[in-house]
Amino acid sequence: MDNIQESVVASREVPAESETIEADVNGQVIKKNGKFLNETPMLDELENGPWPSFVTGLKEMAERNKKPMLRGVMDQLEYSYQTKSGYWKGGLVTVKGYGAGIITRYSMIKDKVPEALEFHTFRVQPAPGFHYNTKMLRGLCDIWEKHGSGLIALHGQSGDIMLQGITAEKAQECFDELNEAGWDLGGAGAGIRTSMSCVGPARCEQACYDTLQVHKKVLDAFVGAIHRPERNYKLKFKFSGCSNDCVNAIMRSDIAVIGTWKDDIQVDKEEVKAWIEKKGMDNLVNNVITRCPTNAISLEDGEMVIDNRNCVRCMHCINVMPKALSPGKERGVSVLMGGKNTLKVGTMLGSMIIPFYKVDTDEEIENFIELAEEIVEWWDDNGLDHERIGETIERCGMKQFLEDVGLEANIDMISAPRDNPYYKTEY
Amino acid sequence: MTYERTWQTIESGPHEYKEALHPVVLKNYGKWKYHEMLNPGVMVHVGESGDELFTVRAGTPRQDSVDLLRRLCDLADKYADGYLRFTVRNNVEFMTPHKENIEPLIKDLEEQGFPVGGIGPLVTSIAHTQGWLHCDIPATDASGVAKSVMDSLYNDFKEWKMPNKVRLSTSCCSINCGGQADIAIVIKHTRPPRINHDILSTVCELPKAVARCPVAAIRPTTVNDKKSLMVDEEKCIVCGACFGACPAMEINHPEYSKFAVWVGGKNSNARSKPSKMSLVADEVPNNPPRWEEVNDIVGRILKAYQVGGKPWERMNEWIGRIGWKRFFEETELEFKIDMIDSYRHARASFNQSAHVRF
Ligand code: SF4
Ligand code: SF4
Ligand code: SF4
Ligand code: SF4
Repeated sequence: MDNIQESVVASREVPAESETIEADVNGQVIKKNGKFLNETPMLDELENGPWPSFVTGLKEMAERNKKPMLRGVMDQLEYSYQTKSGYWKGGLVTVKGYGAGIITRYSMIKDKVPEALEFHTFRVQPAPGFHYNTKMLRGLCDIWEKHGSGLIALHGQSGDIMLQGITAEKAQECFDELNEAGWDLGGAGAGIRTSMSCVGPARCEQACYDTLQVHKKVLDAFVGAIHRPERNYKLKFKFSGCSNDCVNAIMRSDIAVIGTWKDDIQVDKEEVKAWIEKKGMDNLVNNVITRCPTNAISLEDGEMVIDNRNCVRCMHCINVMPKALSPGKERGVSVLMGGKNTLKVGTMLGSMIIPFYKVDTDEEIENFIELAEEIVEWWDDNGLDHERIGETIERCGMKQFLEDVGLEANIDMISAPRDNPYYKTEY
Repeated sequence: MTYERTWQTIESGPHEYKEALHPVVLKNYGKWKYHEMLNPGVMVHVGESGDELFTVRAGTPRQDSVDLLRRLCDLADKYADGYLRFTVRNNVEFMTPHKENIEPLIKDLEEQGFPVGGIGPLVTSIAHTQGWLHCDIPATDASGVAKSVMDSLYNDFKEWKMPNKVRLSTSCCSINCGGQADIAIVIKHTRPPRINHDILSTVCELPKAVARCPVAAIRPTTVNDKKSLMVDEEKCIVCGACFGACPAMEINHPEYSKFAVWVGGKNSNARSKPSKMSLVADEVPNNPPRWEEVNDIVGRILKAYQVGGKPWERMNEWIGRIGWKRFFEETELEFKIDMIDSYRHARASFNQSAHVRF
């Protein structure tokens, strides 16, 4: 490993004699062998193959905008590939009034790669549904390239735009310009996090509520808690328009808001007929009827009949026959809670808390926000350090949670009643 | 050159979205009637108004540059009236009412190296994490793994070859920012943390690090008169949680931080309930820059699923039908004792029945 270290240092500082060097007025090397970047043989392997290469993209941009930070980051990344180790450490860079939103990174090998000394990331909240117009996106790129490296990840797993690579000195000015253009920072640390919503009613006929509007309003309501994290741990909302759950809300969010409906699936009989004519009766039987999880669909005299009382709103039949079937008209959301990944007690999926809630009118959305605030407050009061809300509920007991936040127990919350007698009733 | 602030911060939250929506989207907002997938890269949504909106989807590296985004903006301006969006798996989508724009848009995308596809029963690209490029605790570079895997699955992104959609993820530590997926490639450490007693008490809050451990393996101790922590290595399950809280408890190791492969995480509620993923391969070398060993395993799993899965079956539903024993046979992966859960609620994963396939 030592040899590798030395060769990296050597390639940075001691150019071989055959190399041509151009320097700017300060004597800073700007080009070696006609290239701004140093050699990165391992990373270059990732330029092969048909999938678009982030290495190629990075190199192209660095050769154009000649930001020394990018050269340093490429050198450090190459060094990581050679030594199979990471070399970033955290710190605390913020903008005025905010305690979160910038992920601070300092190089641990700054002697080797001084140009990578600082490489902080802005988390920026995109518009709900990841919708952009080119004016917004170009404006974002221009501000970012003016102050930062020009490197962007779309998107982080919480739903942030990740603007990667800025120095602490430039952070405030960059933020001010972004903010003036309508952008705001996302969450980090022990606070409410940035959210995600599916494409929703903007394009999807299956959306049972306005995911974009509810996302915007709920996150606006928590905006202070996003910017000034002072909770036990992170808390994420995610918004999916139906139970296909395109944004993985049940797996990946503490509070998952999933569209659903109460009345009957809407059936266009002519289109059902057309579907059968086109795809065949076998297909209807094998791919629709027998795939319904509760056997709620049957054939009666050759006609498809749905037992709506036994339908669990899984979306399958609607997915297969989108022209013929659609969600009912009485629409709202189911709220599931407690989804999270590994740490600390292992992976948990969200579980049903509220089977049906209306979020159509401003007043209904306001009510939902009040309820969410109540829930977050409960978690503030009862949670331990680094405990996600699902873990808190499990530790304190669902009964305690429901009573404290004033929610009614309902049978949709469980897959079966308890199988042990370890409880006592009020006396 | 000190910067003088004149701007007063507006805590505006998520960006406004109405201005980001195509006029045809706004007109038909909430009034779409149905959609059809025309091919693996194109779908059409039809409104109650009769309006048609075509979506063209293409893969991106996720780890993008302003140059790349400006190129996408150029395409959006040229073919989609200046609008575009992204999916949770980093694909870009152009929506346009102009049918005649589809073919030239696809041609331009492909020429610029963006693979068109990702819609329907195929591999929908890979959710991934920060890795060596940016995180402070990674054992690998997720962007590199993602690139290597998608190079191999290029055609699986562009053609309808799978029984249903396949979502992939990769993560550079067990925190698993990449998330649950049909196939997830996640770092799994294989050795307990190495403790730097000289600096521990100056860089860590001791009680916090102790509290992080899921199996209570960390205890306070004193080394060379300095307060420090020790790990009961018998008990330690090498999760790396302490390292996140305490940089003096180094868990990453160039050789001993390996990959594990998990399958059957299903996000949607369609047919079966959402499900968590299960461990099917471990001790896979973390081998930059191309991670061939990981690629080989992912390829084997996909091949078996492609051949054996029935239409609409997601990965976990296919396995649910054929059973785990046959899954291991078909994929030629090795079932190991460590794949039997020994953590909380392990019993829920035991076969509490006399059902056996011979
Ligand atoms: S979650 Fe449902 S409503 Fe939202 S995009 Fe997916 S299918 Fe459409
Ligand atoms: S939505 Fe699901 S549960 Fe309901 S009828 Fe269709 S397939 Fe059956
Ligand atoms: S998976 Fe772990 S190492 Fe990778 S970005 Fe997330 S926290 Fe960092
Ligand atoms: S690696 Fe995990 S199990 Fe081992 S000591 Fe650290 S927190 Fe505990």
